[in-house]
Amino acid sequence: MAFENEVDLADPVHEIRSEALKNFEAKGFPSRKSEAWKYTSLERLQKVDFSLFPKQDNALEYRDVKKFFLHEIDTYKIVFIDGVYSSYLSETTHDGVDICLMSAALTKPMYKPIIDVYFNKVASREDSLVSLNTAFAKEGAFIYVPKNKVPRKPIEILHFSTGSETAQMLQPRNLIIAEENAEVQVIERHQSLTDNEILTNSVTEIFAGKDAIVDYYKVQNDRESASLIDNTYIDQKEKSHVSVHTFSFGGKLTRNNLNFIQDGEHIDSTLKGVTLLGEKQHVDHHTLVHHQQPNCESHQDYKGIFGQRSTGVFNGKIIVDKIAQKTNAFQQNNNLLISDKASINTKPQLEIFADDVRCSHGCTIGQLDRDALFYLQARGIPKKEASALMMYAFANNVLESVRINELKQRINKLIAKKLGVSLGFEL
Amino acid sequence: MLKIKNLHAGVDNKKILKGIDLEVNPGEIHAIMGPNGSGKSTLASLIAGKEDFEVTRGKIIFEGEDLDEVSPEERAHKGIFLSFQYPVEIPGVSVTNFIKTAINETRKAKGLPDMPANEMLKLLKEKAEMLEIDRKFLSRSLNEGFSGGEKKRNEIFQMAMLEPRLAVLDETDSGLDIDALRIVANGVNKLRNKDNAVVVITHYQRLLDYIVPDFVHVIHDGKIVKSGTKELALELEEKGYDWIKQEAVL
Repeated sequence: MAFENEVDLADPVHEIRSEALKNFEAKGFPSRKSEAWKYTSLERLQKVDFSLFPKQDNALEYRDVKKFFLHEIDTYKIVFIDGVYSSYLSETTHDGVDICLMSAALTKPMYKPIIDVYFNKVASREDSLVSLNTAFAKEGAFIYVPKNKVPRKPIEILHFSTGSETAQMLQPRNLIIAEENAEVQVIERHQSLTDNEILTNSVTEIFAGKDAIVDYYKVQNDRESASLIDNTYIDQKEKSHVSVHTFSFGGKLTRNNLNFIQDGEHIDSTLKGVTLLGEKQHVDHHTLVHHQQPNCESHQDYKGIFGQRSTGVFNGKIIVDKIAQKTNAFQQNNNLLISDKASINTKPQLEIFADDVRCSHGCTIGQLDRDALFYLQARGIPKKEASALMMYAFANNVLESVRINELKQRINKLIAKKLGVSLGFEL
Repeated sequence: MLKIKNLHAGVDNKKILKGIDLEVNPGEIHAIMGPNGSGKSTLASLIAGKEDFEVTRGKIIFEGEDLDEVSPEERAHKGIFLSFQYPVEIPGVSVTNFIKTAINETRKAKGLPDMPANEMLKLLKEKAEMLEIDRKFLSRSLNEGFSGGEKKRNEIFQMAMLEPRLAVLDETDSGLDIDALRIVANGVNKLRNKDNAVVVITHYQRLLDYIVPDFVHVIHDGKIVKSGTKELALELEEKGYDWIKQEAVL
């Protein structure tokens, strides 16, 4: 891949972009020599000749992509086709809250005070892939929920790629701000529509003010020609609640870098994931929860089911600063390997500098319990359905905390479909 | 209905069953008793089709068909039911959903459509009342956090819902207090008719006061060493298993 070595000086954030470009140029793509990328190789992707900007504007008909929307309920929609905003498929608003485009937020003077305070403030300036995004990202979702406001409905962010280029790289950039006592629900999805190669390097910054509530859902069920590097950074102020659920069912290579920074007391952070893979798919969850203040909680629960030749990584880092007394940090990562050729590398990483904390972590790697399977079979449930039911049950407690019912049902169906069975009920 | 002929089975070169012969006809209740480790539960698991054991000789015939190549689910579809000694916990799947799935899978195997929802509800209500099961219990996750007695009662509830031809009750009495034992036994008795049969596997005579067997068999070291009527169970209760073991040696 080749990148332009200059950024547009007329760009209002050109200084940030120039600095980011320098960082990327100095470091380049991460290699497996670095501990954080030991089990995920970007080598093959670097050899692909990706185009960075689509040569043409592409359009889609709603009926052709309807199934990728959570169409059972009314939502705001911010939709991109090959990285370009599609006003036709979107439904934005400026009615009390701003649910619109990053390009607008970056260029319109009225948003400058907000951009100055929040843009690129929690995302890493050291990470080379984040820097790559910072240098070039032009578009994405901008969600600004002022103090005490709640949008009328959940917000969907959808990125479609049409495959009009043989290989396309996308750099979406989202900024989500929920001010004091505000509340917002976001569903994000990346969807390729052809077998042409796609690499998405996404950066999302989320700011949750005092008492704010943010629920973020990532639906990763892309085709096997699509790879995703997701970099999500969350800054939480006191008494805020933020949850991120990541459903990884598809894609070729998926790397989720999920970072929570707790900057206040009595914060609650929830990180949950269901990973269900087959073929030669690869998903790498790298989580970080940084407890910087006392009396906060974090809850992590990741379940993985790996079939065929799929591979998984879970690396969960928890840092508890010296002043962050009375921290409650929980981390669970349970995995089922349902094929001899599948594998998972799981690693908890705890750095605790305070002495009055409760931190627990546990990871398991196992196979389906044969006795349980026999129990279900002895009740007349065929082996395949019995296995599916058990895998369903295995992943179930992660779905319990999904607060959009229709999304929960959709995820249930996706799991059933992925397992290749139709169950007579929904959990 | 069930014919077991000279059944030898084991696991990892360890012989557990060393020539079991047993014939169960419709309408009969058989009790299989024996000391711990004698092979009672292995026999129960083999009838239900557990694949962890290797059958080295002999066969199990159900309704004239050799079950050798028949999977556990197919055996269930044919009407074989095993009440487990240790029912498995399945978090996230409610008792109701589990039973619905079991019933409809059996119907599917027989080429029948799903049981209509209102019919299912009626059946659930009726059988729950028979076994004095609280309705709240039905929406709980299967066996999760159930007491020993609740698990066993739930097994018999499933039996009541599935109405098997042959029910094998593996130590259903363990973990039950006397009231629960009476309710469970009552349930089993109500499900009896001239076309079905029950095999009760138990260590103690207690359950047989309520579910009265037509025949009692004693297993020791993988073989049926003594068969008789219900009086044999009383004799065992009185004398323990040692005299059987000694007789077996002689």
